[in-house]
Amino acid sequence: MRFSGRTDELKKTVIAAVFGFAVGALTMMVYGYDPISAYIALFNGAFGDPYGLSESLTNATPFILTALTFAIGFRGGMFNIGAEGQLYLGALAAVTVSLFRFPSGISFALSIIFAVLAGAAWSLPVAVLKAARGVHEVISTIMLNWISRFLSFYLIAKILVDPLRAEKTISIAESVRFPLLVSGTSLSYGIFVSLFAAIIIYLFLWRTVSGFDIRAMGFNPVAATYAGIDKWKITLIVFITGGFTAGLAGAVHVMGRPPTYAIYSGMPSIQGLGFEGLAVAMIGRNHPIGIIFAAIFFGGLLAGGRMMQLSSQVPLEMVRVVEGIVVLFLAIPELIQVFSFLREIRIPFIFQFKRSQNKHGRR
Amino acid sequence: MNLSYLLGILLGSLHAMVPITLAGTGEVIGESSGLFNIGLEGIILLSAMTGALGAEAGGPIVGLFVGMGTGFVVGLIFGLVCTYSKGVQLIAGVGINLFAAGLVTFWLIHLGVPGHHTIAEEGRMVDISTPFGDFSPMILVAIVFPVVIYLLLFRTKLGLKIRAVGENPQAADVAGIKIHLLRLFSTATGASLAGLAGAYLSIDWIGSVTKELSAGRGFIALATVVFSGLNPLLVLLGGFIFGFFDNLAVWVATMPAVQQIIPWQFVSMAPYVVTLMVAAGVIGRVRFPAAMGVPYERE
Repeated sequence: MRFSGRTDELKKTVIAAVFGFAVGALTMMVYGYDPISAYIALFNGAFGDPYGLSESLTNATPFILTALTFAIGFRGGMFNIGAEGQLYLGALAAVTVSLFRFPSGISFALSIIFAVLAGAAWSLPVAVLKAARGVHEVISTIMLNWISRFLSFYLIAKILVDPLRAEKTISIAESVRFPLLVSGTSLSYGIFVSLFAAIIIYLFLWRTVSGFDIRAMGFNPVAATYAGIDKWKITLIVFITGGFTAGLAGAVHVMGRPPTYAIYSGMPSIQGLGFEGLAVAMIGRNHPIGIIFAAIFFGGLLAGGRMMQLSSQVPLEMVRVVEGIVVLFLAIPELIQVFSFLREIRIPFIFQFKRSQNKHGRR
Repeated sequence: MNLSYLLGILLGSLHAMVPITLAGTGEVIGESSGLFNIGLEGIILLSAMTGALGAEAGGPIVGLFVGMGTGFVVGLIFGLVCTYSKGVQLIAGVGINLFAAGLVTFWLIHLGVPGHHTIAEEGRMVDISTPFGDFSPMILVAIVFPVVIYLLLFRTKLGLKIRAVGENPQAADVAGIKIHLLRLFSTATGASLAGLAGAYLSIDWIGSVTKELSAGRGFIALATVVFSGLNPLLVLLGGFIFGFFDNLAVWVATMPAVQQIIPWQFVSMAPYVVTLMVAAGVIGRVRFPAAMGVPYERE
């Protein structure tokens, strides 16, 4: 039973991905690109050689963490799309620590702790507004994302600015950076932080009482409330934990990704990492282990997308078109059934045997 | 601070009001029928692009209709996913937002001018010039639509049916109303207004397409709908309030004295902060259709 459920989830993801790539191919054809050579370049660039693979893993590092933010919320029946804004502040908090000259070990720990707390601090109003005033988290998180964006612009330009180069913040001190895992690539030890966080969140959700309460609330809020689970406590836990991972994502990214270890004005390197996480969580079916694979897959698409842009001139953003369609299709809970339903009405003669079987199976 | 100066600010606020009011009014129709579309942001962005293309091919009026058509089609896809296929509305909406952001950026890069496309002069909407600044006829459209939609929802049989479907789909189903079809129609019509808002942004007000063109206005429109409690006339009022704060940043940019006291980044935050505060202040007073956000399944 449990196993077949997982297989269905996988099937669903594959169907949605096929649709996504089909629409992507269509888009490329409309704009006069060759989709086949583009897709070949894409997958070769992503997973074809060790360099591509390590870039894919580098991209996956923050995605895993921001996807966890969304997944924890989703498991609790809440729609937390605030990772984006929390990640900005997490990254800036990590940079802030480098303003001071602590011994390197303390500085490293402080950077991580500050970032995690900054993420949670930016997440807290969402939980409070939801609990106290009933403000839907979609609206409050989006507004806080925009406020965070402008606040970050201010901090980058006025507080954390590099005195020698006005277009960027000061760089993270060398001793506070994550060392590279593979020299010559961008892959740092930060990936292990992400993997570790995914496992922790998995254990938290499936092996602790609080985790059980969160999932119960998401599964059936009425029954969960009746069973005595405190809804507001769950809301608080969900958003605070989500803030932790989003803030951590910012820190791991800015402390682990060469070459600059700093944030430029306009935040080109960290912008969108939170929203990508949302798609990654959906593709990973909101399960921490699924998220790891989805993040590598999606990080791969972006890494390969760069190769595709170089070799076939197809803009990298094509990957995001695919992503949007995949998420749209994943919204359909009975995607597999919808598919077999289409099969039934379109070409009944060819699938007559299967149709009768389906009908039998459904009864 | 003379009168013409104040009228200039008023005019600016009215221009900023248009997209929020149009998208919000459309969303009222959809939410009344029970579908919560957070893909407004994406629809606005997407139709800003298609509207611009239409306007450059056949003039501004064509552009507006192309924008509306785009909104309608996207609304139809969203509706199909969320009615007959019983999709999760929030996720479908997010999918639309991601898709739109991807496609519009793809298009902008394809054009070869990264991140920015200025609409050709012949595609721009011709505004009426007044001594206080340009006046877009779309302002009138944005004032008329909420009134029309208010009458539609609260004074016609169709409006009653739409609200019934959002409030108690089981009862409406028994009364012979086709739930899915009506929801599909409502959300697609609503989305076409968001499409109009997008086309207005690109071919009238801003005059260019960037990937940040919509700038959260779809979500501000959603907050306005919350503020209004699904009354289109209050969406008009809410749109004006948010429009004022949206315009504030533009206004402050012309005043160096103010800029020295308050950095521009904090002025730019204003519409989002106000939205958050208003949402926190009014919720609890307003009531939403009982079946909103819930896919309908026949028993």
